[in-house]
Amino acid sequence: MVPEELNSPGYDIPPEARGQVAITTLDRIYNWGRSASVWPMMFGLACCAIEMICAAASRYDIARFGMEIMRPSPRQSDLMIVAGTVTKKMIPLIVRLYNQMPEPKYVLAMGACASGGGPFKEGYNVVSGVDKFIPVDVYVPGCPPTPQALLNGLMKIQEKIRGESLKTSRWYQKGPDSVEMPIPLLGPDLIDTRKIALIKPAAKKGQEA
Amino acid sequence: MATPAPVSAPAFDLSARFPGIASPDTRPGYSGWVIPKENLPEVAAALRDELGFDYLSHVTGVDYLPEGKMEVVYQFYKTTGGPGLSLKVQVPRQDPIEVPSIVSIYPGAEFQEREVWDLFGIRFTGHPDLRRILMWEGFEGHPLRKDWKEAYYEEDIKPFKSRWPEGKHVPAEDKTPFGDNVTYPDGFDAEKWIPEDPEKALYGALARYQVQDETGLGTEHVIVNIGPQHPSTHGVFRVAAILDGETIVSLKPVMGYLHRNHEKIGERNTYLMNMPFTDRLDYLSSMSNNFGYALTVEKLMNIKPPERAEYIRVMMAEMTRISNHLMAIGALTNDLGAYFTPMLYSLEERELILDIFEAVAGSRMMCNYFRFGGVVRDLPEGIPEKIKGLFFERLPRRIDELERFLSENEIVRSRGIGQGVLTAEDAIRYSASGPLLRASGIPYDVRRAEPYSIYDRFDFEVCVRPNGDIYDRLMIRFDEIRQSIRIVQQAVRGLPEGPVMAVKPAYTVRVPPGEAYGRVEGPKGELGFYIISNGKPSPWRYHVRAPSFINLTSFGPMCIGQKVADLVAVLGSIDIVLGEVDR
Repeated sequence: MVPEELNSPGYDIPPEARGQVAITTLDRIYNWGRSASVWPMMFGLACCAIEMICAAASRYDIARFGMEIMRPSPRQSDLMIVAGTVTKKMIPLIVRLYNQMPEPKYVLAMGACASGGGPFKEGYNVVSGVDKFIPVDVYVPGCPPTPQALLNGLMKIQEKIRGESLKTSRWYQKGPDSVEMPIPLLGPDLIDTRKIALIKPAAKKGQEA
Repeated sequence: MATPAPVSAPAFDLSARFPGIASPDTRPGYSGWVIPKENLPEVAAALRDELGFDYLSHVTGVDYLPEGKMEVVYQFYKTTGGPGLSLKVQVPRQDPIEVPSIVSIYPGAEFQEREVWDLFGIRFTGHPDLRRILMWEGFEGHPLRKDWKEAYYEEDIKPFKSRWPEGKHVPAEDKTPFGDNVTYPDGFDAEKWIPEDPEKALYGALARYQVQDETGLGTEHVIVNIGPQHPSTHGVFRVAAILDGETIVSLKPVMGYLHRNHEKIGERNTYLMNMPFTDRLDYLSSMSNNFGYALTVEKLMNIKPPERAEYIRVMMAEMTRISNHLMAIGALTNDLGAYFTPMLYSLEERELILDIFEAVAGSRMMCNYFRFGGVVRDLPEGIPEKIKGLFFERLPRRIDELERFLSENEIVRSRGIGQGVLTAEDAIRYSASGPLLRASGIPYDVRRAEPYSIYDRFDFEVCVRPNGDIYDRLMIRFDEIRQSIRIVQQAVRGLPEGPVMAVKPAYTVRVPPGEAYGRVEGPKGELGFYIISNGKPSPWRYHVRAPSFINLTSFGPMCIGQKVADLVAVLGSIDIVLGEVDR
């Protein structure tokens, strides 16, 4: 059965072929296929990961969205669900995993911690949100978000995919295939390599203050 | 209400055995014995060999900044039951701070001493492998010292006055010079800084092993890292191992990837604010964590919850144990190769328990339900009936079904029986607790050894399995689920009417000065909270004795000599939760 939503309006399909034939655009059918087979990375950080497991179990059944195939390898996954508190010790590895994912890739920040530090924001080993280091597509609020909330976030990812076009998406153009995010370093504290030049003057200012 | 808690009489007179060395801790509200640091190994050895205190429960540090000293606190118990004994060693607060290590007497202290070194900077002389454990090598400072301030530091006690100036929120990032949650030492120049290999110390420690090459082939040994992103490490846990072919010859667990500074934040929160944070320790069993914390603060405040609240508490704690063990069974069989199927069976039942939690507490996982002197609200209408339906009808049947599928399964038996053995002596030496200890043949359960709440009224058995292998650790979880079902059945039948709070609910509770160590039998083992109050609205010291963390001490010895494929099964059978390991 061909879903009605695939059809472009304005084309006449004979009644006997309805349900078997669709007249549609390349973008639409391509995105339809992609959005119904997003493979998330099997990657849980903290409490939210348990709700992610519950979303994969029978009651919430993530398979309805074609997303039940959790891949342990970043090379095979489309979506990184950052499920839990991002710590300074962990962030270099998260950035590396992100860099290893092939385009097109999406990031979903699940829960308060991944979105902005959450209840542990003031902690000395906590990163105030994963978006300080990698781009995030969808934020799901909650501590932890219920499986329903996660599914809603995944539907937002699907919406985003449906809005993309082969003509304009960066990863179908000429040029480098994917953008690498710089991996932070672990020194006396976490060092963001993009800010190295700023650290010395700021450290001096902090001393005077 | 706010009368100081009576100082419990010391279990026995240690000063009679060690005259002139052990002196009772006479500070108001404190108990235990203070000994000079030079005598610590001698006293510890005597405690173990002569006096029967064979179980080291926890080791932690306390920073008494105003008095200018540091203290290391040791808590001992007897595996035959009864009250504990605490030892304290005080040292002046000037670097280098040194205390002799007791790892050679109580190997269970290994990770805990490393943690005290990491967070307090107390050096344990004679420790075989003193590296940082939660933070990375090269991190500046020892965060739990009272004069160590993090980037987002504002005030010593919450709520911060600056949080809502004239109704406007200022992000914490805007208040720091770096615009982020980072702080660097004075004059730090990132451009000239040469990165050191943070893994050097780990691999150095890993390489210190001895192995007899019986084959004479002289195979090359390889280092294998598993995790932190790995489907079978149950979170962000990392294992570094050296393999001889497929056999593990050396192994070090690496943790701290989820270290979210529970204790530092907890020492700034008011007592009540810590309650939702305890939910996030072992996030599979939030009600048990609440229970332990509430008991400890109640011990300090010297109040008792009313009857109905006690019954509700016991019911909730036992339901938590069932849901946690279901998850543990699912995860372990997942690691054994059954993939997601047993997990689907256990999650189905777990969801039904979570439904009850959601109705009772308002949240599926993070319940935040207990209060000092009771529980936050009464059971909603219809919940006792729902519990009865689940625990008398459905659950016993479903547990039998799940056990029938697994217990005779060929793969579970051949991969479980005789693999990853932890002997009874080793289990005690490594301070293992909970199902891990009981599957090794030690019938030690805090609910019976030192009954708390109203557990002495219920009829249940302490489950024991004799062999200490992976199969026994899987099966003991089924046994414990059955006992928990029995307790819930008795509790829901005997549930009395009445209030659920002994005191008027308050945002800031008054806690008299003193120390308290309260412990409960959590689903993963002995969950303890060590709290020092100085009469202020927030605790001076807030320490969690995390069973998952301490159970991991025996992980390395259990794995050495096993094949690398069994490593994940051994880890799964310990049943760790990283929120609790790293805190």
